[in-house]
Amino acid sequence: MRKSSYIGNIVSTATTVFEGLAVTFSHFVRKPFTVQYPDRTDLRVQDTLPFRYRGILEVDLEICTGCLACERACPIDCIVIDAKKDPQTKAMLLTRFDIDLAKCMYCGLCSEPCPTGSIHHTPEFEGADYSLESLVRRFVQEPVVAYKPKKGAEDDPEILPLLERGLRYVDEFATPESKKAGAAAES
Amino acid sequence: MQGFLDRLMAQGYFAGVPAEVVYAIGMVGFGLVVVLGFILTVAGVTTFVERRVWARIQSRVGPNRVGPQGILQWLADGIKLVMKEDVVPHDADPRLFRLAPYVVTMGFVATFVVIPFTGQLVIADMNVGILYLTAVTALVVVGILMAGWGSNNKWSLIGGIRSAAQIVSYEIPAGLSIFPVVLLTGTLSMQGTIQAQGWAPYHWFVFNSPFTFAAFFILFISILAEGNRTPFDLPEAETELVAGFVTEYSGVRYLMFFLVEWGNLYVIGALMTTLYLGGWQIPPVTSNAVVQNVLQFLTFFLKSYFWVLVAMWIRATLPRVRVDQLMTTCWKYLVPIAFLNLIGQAVWIVLFPDGSRLAQALMTLLGFGIIGYFFYRVVFHLRRARPQMQFSPLS
Repeated sequence: MRKSSYIGNIVSTATTVFEGLAVTFSHFVRKPFTVQYPDRTDLRVQDTLPFRYRGILEVDLEICTGCLACERACPIDCIVIDAKKDPQTKAMLLTRFDIDLAKCMYCGLCSEPCPTGSIHHTPEFEGADYSLESLVRRFVQEPVVAYKPKKGAEDDPEILPLLERGLRYVDEFATPESKKAGAAAES
Repeated sequence: MQGFLDRLMAQGYFAGVPAEVVYAIGMVGFGLVVVLGFILTVAGVTTFVERRVWARIQSRVGPNRVGPQGILQWLADGIKLVMKEDVVPHDADPRLFRLAPYVVTMGFVATFVVIPFTGQLVIADMNVGILYLTAVTALVVVGILMAGWGSNNKWSLIGGIRSAAQIVSYEIPAGLSIFPVVLLTGTLSMQGTIQAQGWAPYHWFVFNSPFTFAAFFILFISILAEGNRTPFDLPEAETELVAGFVTEYSGVRYLMFFLVEWGNLYVIGALMTTLYLGGWQIPPVTSNAVVQNVLQFLTFFLKSYFWVLVAMWIRATLPRVRVDQLMTTCWKYLVPIAFLNLIGQAVWIVLFPDGSRLAQALMTLLGFGIIGYFFYRVVFHLRRARPQMQFSPLS
């Protein structure tokens, strides 16, 4: 071994170790990146997720039209809807709206065809439970009348915010970019 | 220790009891206090501190759930390990396998016989203290070889052999770097070595001459390697050997190996402090014996624990070396340099029998200059990365 490389090795060892120690020492005063989920976060993690986050499905029955588009779109049949016409009032009655979250694969295909944005993903993702049955979300407790879009603007103050949210959801989630530009030009 | 008991007996305590019995009971009692109260606590808390220190270096938080800031994590880990089944592999050599952790622990605990706590408080101030320390540390090798062989497992055996080769090799530069201090003091006693130094940094042996300054670093590298610490933790290289000689161990026996590994860090720090960093020497601020002893204990403990923190910090910084690099570092670099150091220090003592004031001042300046330049580099890296800062060690 040559003399210069012998001393060079010692010098390079000392200087590189010195520099490495300086870098790691600087980490002592850096803020850790850890998010201490679930109990020591500044906000609930669900609240920090984006609007389009594909979490657990939810249905706003007030604006569900009973069109069955989501049931047909679901590739694994985890949505079951029973809807029938009431013989007296001729209105559409929803008697069952079940989503089996154990089967759901969060593909989002059901929320794309929904005309009102009634069925949508929420940022909620904590679905752990003790039995498969409890993962079946039953949205209809007793038969309800399906929503019927009104001619003109919606005026019911209870339904309006839901509908606005749903349409925004459909607009952001399911409308392709090309159509969105046209919609923006029309309005 | 004996002086303390003598004083108590002179004041009329233990009347009618033979002095030898008092000494024996005092020794055993103090030993138990040291082992149960000090060694176990220090080794345990060190595991927790180490995890927190690594975590901060890796931008994580680390264990902070058990007790305030996770301070009780080590108790939880210990209790969990104690309750685990003590498995002995079917084809293992049961006697060696069972005995090995005790031998390792013995080699570690026996070092505390000579490690001082304060100027008066030490279990036994032997006149061969430093020699004794290196000798009982070598007992750990025997235990590790027993563990490696007794497990009847290829990984364990390779780990044990590697550890033995490593410790035996690094004993040489470590020993050669202890000698310059022995040349200066003319004694092997730990207390004598500390008494030969002063409280001020320029009276410490590390700044005594250029040769002791170099020997200080060689000693630190060597005893890191002897304690199987990163970057020399080849015997437990997870990527190659699963866990080395502890692969087959479980429960309490596993706990004992880890007690030794983390407790050894404190021994490393205590050795560095005793030999080179002035030990428990404090400025003459008080004549009250109790206050003086407390201050001396704190000084010694903090200096020692600083080197424990440095060892953790190095472990979080440097990657593991290869076996050939390990041996190259030892035999081609550390051993020749340590020999030159020893000769240089001998010549230095002939030239300056009372030490050179100028050299002490210059080496002290150099030492603080290196520390200053280090913090300049730290600030440089922080300025360049512009991270979010958090100065509090809590999370």
